[in-house]
Amino acid sequence: MSVVLETVCGGVRLRSPIMPASGTFSHEMENVLDLGQLSALVLKTTTYTSRRGNPVPRVTETSFGMLNSIGIPGGGIQHFVANELPKYRRSGAPIVASISADTAAQFGEMAAILSDEGLAAIELNISCPNIEADGQAFAMSREATARVVATARRATTLPLWAKLTPNTGEIVNIAKAAESAGADALVVANTILALAIDADSRRAELGNIMGGLSGPGVKPIILRMVYQCARKVSIPIIGCGGISSGRDVVEYLLAGATTVQVGTESFRDPTALVRIERELVEFCDGRGISSLRELIGGLMVQDAPAGAPDVDVAP
Amino acid sequence: MLQNTVSTRRNIGGTEFPILAAALPVVANGPVGDTYWHIRLKAATTHLLSRPGQFFQLRCPRSEAGDPFLRRPMSVYAVDTNVGEIAFLYKVTGIGTTGLSTLVPGDTLDVLGPLGVGFDINPEWDHVLVVARGVGLATMGPLAKALHHNGVALTAICSYRTPEATIGLEPFELHGSVHTVYDTDGTSDVASVDSLIREEHARRSFSFAYTCGSKRIVRLLQDLSSQLGFGGEVALEQRMACGLGMCHSCVIDLRRGDTVESVRVCSRGPVFSLGDIVAPEETLSWYRSCDESAI
Repeated sequence: MSVVLETVCGGVRLRSPIMPASGTFSHEMENVLDLGQLSALVLKTTTYTSRRGNPVPRVTETSFGMLNSIGIPGGGIQHFVANELPKYRRSGAPIVASISADTAAQFGEMAAILSDEGLAAIELNISCPNIEADGQAFAMSREATARVVATARRATTLPLWAKLTPNTGEIVNIAKAAESAGADALVVANTILALAIDADSRRAELGNIMGGLSGPGVKPIILRMVYQCARKVSIPIIGCGGISSGRDVVEYLLAGATTVQVGTESFRDPTALVRIERELVEFCDGRGISSLRELIGGLMVQDAPAGAPDVDVAP
Repeated sequence: MLQNTVSTRRNIGGTEFPILAAALPVVANGPVGDTYWHIRLKAATTHLLSRPGQFFQLRCPRSEAGDPFLRRPMSVYAVDTNVGEIAFLYKVTGIGTTGLSTLVPGDTLDVLGPLGVGFDINPEWDHVLVVARGVGLATMGPLAKALHHNGVALTAICSYRTPEATIGLEPFELHGSVHTVYDTDGTSDVASVDSLIREEHARRSFSFAYTCGSKRIVRLLQDLSSQLGFGGEVALEQRMACGLGMCHSCVIDLRRGDTVESVRVCSRGPVFSLGDIVAPEETLSWYRSCDESAI
């Protein structure tokens, strides 16, 4: 008897805990695999109005990962509903739309527009700049996070997944704010703000100077955040950061994630989502693990000595 | 024999040629001339079908130079369906191509392709021009072969830094007439190439022109194509991540009537109409600190 992969995450029934991360998946993946094999289709973030995106180069590689600064190019929400969404319906997999906007009110409008489009959930990409707060990302602030989630919550009955940024020093507080405001699940996390420089040309490697770091190098950082958040919220956590193998998925489950998203690895191996699921099954079956519940939150920790600092603030 | 059908524009995802994602055995890998390397991989015949100008994403192995995190886009240099081989021509410049140069027979190379949209070929054309330089010639070899199979006469201008750097001439010599021009004797100057094209056009007019890799030549061909009245295409390159159209990294600006549109080089290109290119100096940059690949 093979391990049962089916799970429910943030109001969505999923065939497996492994799904693509927003921005790293689109229908072109059907060139190398059947989209119906995927547990969910988490689409690229769509914005309220159309955006051109950032200047090139938009990507660069670094040790153990890459930086990107794509800039969420796209035609805006109306174009998305009319022209993008239909491309994903025939696969039969649950569709999760990712949305981003300049203001909380726009998030609400977009959530309302998407309410009757047959989606499984809406992912709120709140790692983008909030123009009402000098461009600081919504998810850098408890208040802005709560405002976006609450506004979207009032606008739709669809499950809401809030995608947090790792660039805050208080991700646990942000996670609690999103939960209180009505999020059904949390995606922990997004890319880490970073800079790559070419020593010869003395220029930044990216046209936008700074960009988001992703790939295997960020995994220990995001694992830590999943561990911290999972102990303080009761909604499911979707782990997202540097997963490239079935073992990485197990690590995220042990840290407290219920499901995971795989992003950057799909750029290196476009069939990674299918391979990683196979590796997860092999890992579990080889150890007699019949349910993923045996793994979730199963990190073994010794009792902290009395008086030791809380793990949230150490070292 | 390479494909001998007329290429038609298609978006990626078309079913024309299946996209292969697999590790292929290395048959041979070594330097040719003093600047370039040539790698041959074993593949089933059904996986060898691609259009001239299409490319593969190669997962180059780690070496002492480093561990290349992203794949490297590289256009197909040659295909031999008789023995079942696909070949790439490359210049060792960064950690990706350094890693590639360490592969020996018995190793495998993880490839993804063919990707993108190839060159247009119209068998009704009488005579076409190919202008290529350096490693960009790799892209044009399969094109020369396909033009020949379609009965289109070809004149090639192959540009090199020095006479010693001459490489990749065979397909052009076999399938058309060739002029070699060099930096060292000034024959590769824009003005000299300009006169050469005008002379050849006067002798037998060009229906179409192809180029890649050099912004000077793109600008020259843009001018000449409008003055002399032939169409043309250019194979571009841009820094990529996925190569499939998912990540939106490799965009360039294209002219669309009065507006400028940002398009993905991997899926809408890498071959574009000469007249649509907005700013060659911005779009034709080599992989700056990574690798010089042949698209």
